[in-house]
Amino acid sequence: MIQVTDLVFRYPTGVTIFDGFNWHVGHGESWAIIGPSGCGKSTLLYLIAGLRFPVSGTVRVGGQVLTRPRPETGLILQDYGLLPWATIRHNVELGLRIRRFYGPDGKHAPRDYDPRNAEARTQHWLERLSIADQADKYPGQVSGGQRQRAAIARTLVLEPDLLLMDEPFSSLDALTREDLQNLVMRLQQETGIATVIVTHNIDEAVFMGRNILVLTMPPNSAPTVVANPEAGTLHYRNSALFLSRTNQIRRMLGLV
Amino acid sequence: MRWTWRNTLWGVGIFLVGWVLLAAMVNRPILPYPWQVLPVFVEKFFVPASTGNPAVPDFRLPVPLGELGQHFLVSAVRVLTAIAVAVLFAAPIGLGLGQIQSLNQLFSPLIGLLHPIPKIVFLPVIMVLFGSGDGAKILLIALVLFFQILIVVRDEAAGLRPELIYSVRSLGAGRRALFRFVYIPASVPAILTALRISVGTAIAVLFIAETYATRSGLGYYIVVRTWQALRYPEMYAGIMAMALLGLALYFVIDTLERRFSRWRGAE
Repeated sequence: MIQVTDLVFRYPTGVTIFDGFNWHVGHGESWAIIGPSGCGKSTLLYLIAGLRFPVSGTVRVGGQVLTRPRPETGLILQDYGLLPWATIRHNVELGLRIRRFYGPDGKHAPRDYDPRNAEARTQHWLERLSIADQADKYPGQVSGGQRQRAAIARTLVLEPDLLLMDEPFSSLDALTREDLQNLVMRLQQETGIATVIVTHNIDEAVFMGRNILVLTMPPNSAPTVVANPEAGTLHYRNSALFLSRTNQIRRMLGLV
Repeated sequence: MRWTWRNTLWGVGIFLVGWVLLAAMVNRPILPYPWQVLPVFVEKFFVPASTGNPAVPDFRLPVPLGELGQHFLVSAVRVLTAIAVAVLFAAPIGLGLGQIQSLNQLFSPLIGLLHPIPKIVFLPVIMVLFGSGDGAKILLIALVLFFQILIVVRDEAAGLRPELIYSVRSLGAGRRALFRFVYIPASVPAILTALRISVGTAIAVLFIAETYATRSGLGYYIVVRTWQALRYPEMYAGIMAMALLGLALYFVIDTLERRFSRWRGAE
């Protein structure tokens, strides 16, 4: 799904974030990326999203070297991703409307994109994310959790094969956050979509990543990966294994 | 306050009573009663004059309206054209400045300097450079509106968070879709806010511009055709027409702005 080869990336300020970095994500895998502020975890996500580009090396997604955001990749950011002037329903439809705007050109929309049933698909995902009764409100009128549900619906309505998330639940209260973590893991298992979540929250990384990529202060050269196959299962959060995994990550980040 | 017919009627009622009281107190031809002005307004606005005044070569549009109605139309077209011209230039520049920080840093000192200057002082310059025709008047009004729109749209565009642009791009939007789905919807309310704030000044500037070297427009009708000819009821009819032009524009803009800004109340 994702193949990062000999990646070099540095900021315009000259700080090198990645230096000869290699990483691979397979179809349907769920990954969490964790690391301290400034380690480049969001930058890596933006590179995979096709919103930033390497200085050298390649980032391939779905076999293609990215030159722009790929239509089959979904992206969910912490907040501010919804159009404030459009209702929840219009926000969820936005991707479909953009695809209709361009037509199936293979660049902005997949070549096999079928514009029929847009309304029904929007309605389906509004209901699946339990926000159908909020559909005619504006983002400013609903809770943060409902906004993120709308952002998820907006992405999944496009039937992506890869879902990228950058701190998607950081601004939510603990209960809502857990609720949405469970929901995303359920959807991940249902749809078989590959997911990559960037987070600074160790519990979130251990619950949501069946593989955890631990980044340290830059430059990052070799990936440190923790296998965590129990992630997303029903009672994992309460298990002793969960606790020992979080402690293991804590040690790797130099917090203990 | 919310607009209702009741409020409007109440406002008009107080206005008319105040007018009558003032007219009674002043008790001179310079302040006629409303019942002296209203019939003149209706007649001059709607009833086409059968023959013009031979002393003054008449200004005539091919429309079945009275002299006042014709001048009203001319002024309205000038204001509306100026609005269109100002929006056409100011909105894209505002968007560009708002989105490209380096450009904004380069130009905002200049804009800060030019914006507060009362544009009417350029009247003589513009008249010399662009003549006394419609173009000069439209340019002057457009200049009043230009900076206001530029600033409000710029600030609105600067408020568009990069996260929003990233997410919409990740949904497949290229430059054209960003304009269609983000930049234009974001700037329409800003443009309307700017117009609502500045349309009054624009009409005031139009009034002054129409009193020089022209034979058409409400400014000309009020100052040259009626005031200087001591035709006071006609002069008030002209003042009413200009007030109505301002009111009508304000109401249209205000209504549109509410329509496009409904989501703001939700925050």
